[in-house]
Amino acid sequence: MEAVAPIVKFTSLQKRYGGGPLILDGIDLAVRPGDFVTFIGPSGCGKSTVLKLVSGLSPGTTGEVTVLGTSPKLSRDRQAFIFQDATLLPWLTAQRNVELPLRLRGLRADKRTGKAKQMLALVGLGGEGGYYPRQLSGGMKMRVSIARALTLAPQLLLLDEPFGALDEMTRNRLNEELLDLRAQSPFTALFVTHSVAEAVFLSNRIIVMAAHPGRFHAEVRVDFPYPREAGLRARPEFQVRVNEVSRLLHEVEAPGRP
Amino acid sequence: MERLSVMKKLPPLLVWGLPVASGVLFVALWYGVRAVSGLQSWILPTPLEILQAAWREHTRLLAAAGHTAVGALGGFTLAAALGFVTSLVLGVSRSLRAGLYPWLLVLQMTPVIVLTPVIMLWAGPGLPGIITITWLISYFPIVANMTQGLLSSDMNHVALFRMANASRLQEMLLLRVPSAMPYYLAGLRIAATLAPIGAIFGEYMAGNASGGTGGLGFLVYSYNTQIKIPALFATALTSCLLGFMFVAAVSWLNWLVLHKWHDSFERNDH
Repeated sequence: MEAVAPIVKFTSLQKRYGGGPLILDGIDLAVRPGDFVTFIGPSGCGKSTVLKLVSGLSPGTTGEVTVLGTSPKLSRDRQAFIFQDATLLPWLTAQRNVELPLRLRGLRADKRTGKAKQMLALVGLGGEGGYYPRQLSGGMKMRVSIARALTLAPQLLLLDEPFGALDEMTRNRLNEELLDLRAQSPFTALFVTHSVAEAVFLSNRIIVMAAHPGRFHAEVRVDFPYPREAGLRARPEFQVRVNEVSRLLHEVEAPGRP
Repeated sequence: MERLSVMKKLPPLLVWGLPVASGVLFVALWYGVRAVSGLQSWILPTPLEILQAAWREHTRLLAAAGHTAVGALGGFTLAAALGFVTSLVLGVSRSLRAGLYPWLLVLQMTPVIVLTPVIMLWAGPGLPGIITITWLISYFPIVANMTQGLLSSDMNHVALFRMANASRLQEMLLLRVPSAMPYYLAGLRIAATLAPIGAIFGEYMAGNASGGTGGLGFLVYSYNTQIKIPALFATALTSCLLGFMFVAAVSWLNWLVLHKWHDSFERNDH
């Protein structure tokens, strides 16, 4: 595996904000092309910070982060970020929101429209392009956000608890759709969540993190082949993985309990 | 989405009925004070006498209101345009903001009445001076609100733009300016209430200084020297109506810009 250049590589990374406490300590990680890596752990374990380091929104304190063979900032045109809430611009229609990354790249209006329509259709919102975000449900907003992130066909997709605010049924649907989209245009994914079932369903690697300071506690490999269907969730071996991750989470959460 | 209880709408009957009821009460009180105090008409005219004066003087009042509207609109437009541009400058850089904002405050803190003679001297009496005074009065609320708006963009939206390698100009035009529109319009709304006052004040001073004509401010001066108190009240009433028209126009602009997307116009229709 060492022959393939990693998509993301952390080398003994530390992170602290200003003179504050250590947020992340001793982070070493190599993400291979096609990996779907999920970071899970108690609040304060710095899992969102990991994504900020990869996107260059926040610099590392010591150690090194390499993304797509270069620095986080220089690789931004091949990355996309999906935030906790959909972060759609409320004054733009769904269609214009999806066009935004193309617009920021300087594409002419006539070239943007077609691509954005195609992306909206891909997330099942072909007829909703004219709606403003406040007219859309939470799940629909997140679909628009996904469409927007994928318009530029990124090699690396960063997702920071994107489905955390949605109800379980919508969340499951969107999990399945996300994997479908990935089958159509492959990307490597770094995913942050609080949901163990979601982590197991989506990822091939789950990194369980501990807090104070944030560090990697254990890694769980999930070797169910892609494409994964909704029925996977009902299988006993799925439950085994869920239990394993839950046990590891309990290990890191219990010592901190008063 | 569930509305907060304080935002719950009153039944339409009450929305119209309550202000009318309090208005009637106020007029009754007015007549009561007049009857009890025994004040004469030229000191405290009754509402009816004011309306009669308004009718008698309506050609002069309307012509004056037209003059004042021109001055107020001129100053307001100038303030809206310059306020927008100033806010962009202040929003672009922290050092410009630090360097200029205190001086804007100083300008705002200086009583306009102190500056008026100088303005009349420099801009000239009549419309140029009136517009300058109106601008001076309505400029700061626009700048203060809009600048605040430009700095209040959602941090995730900013991160989104940074992630997309957006230029500073793109971030300003496609993110910060649109997200500041509700703030800008709030500033315009305050300015709309101030602009007619500024124009009337300017006319009062300009009329005084130059024997100028036209404008409600000049009428105030003129009726006052003639001790036509009911007509003076009628002028106040006209000014009030002019102010309402300004605020209504900005409310309409506010609706035009925001109703499609802003939460303040939520209709729960989807």
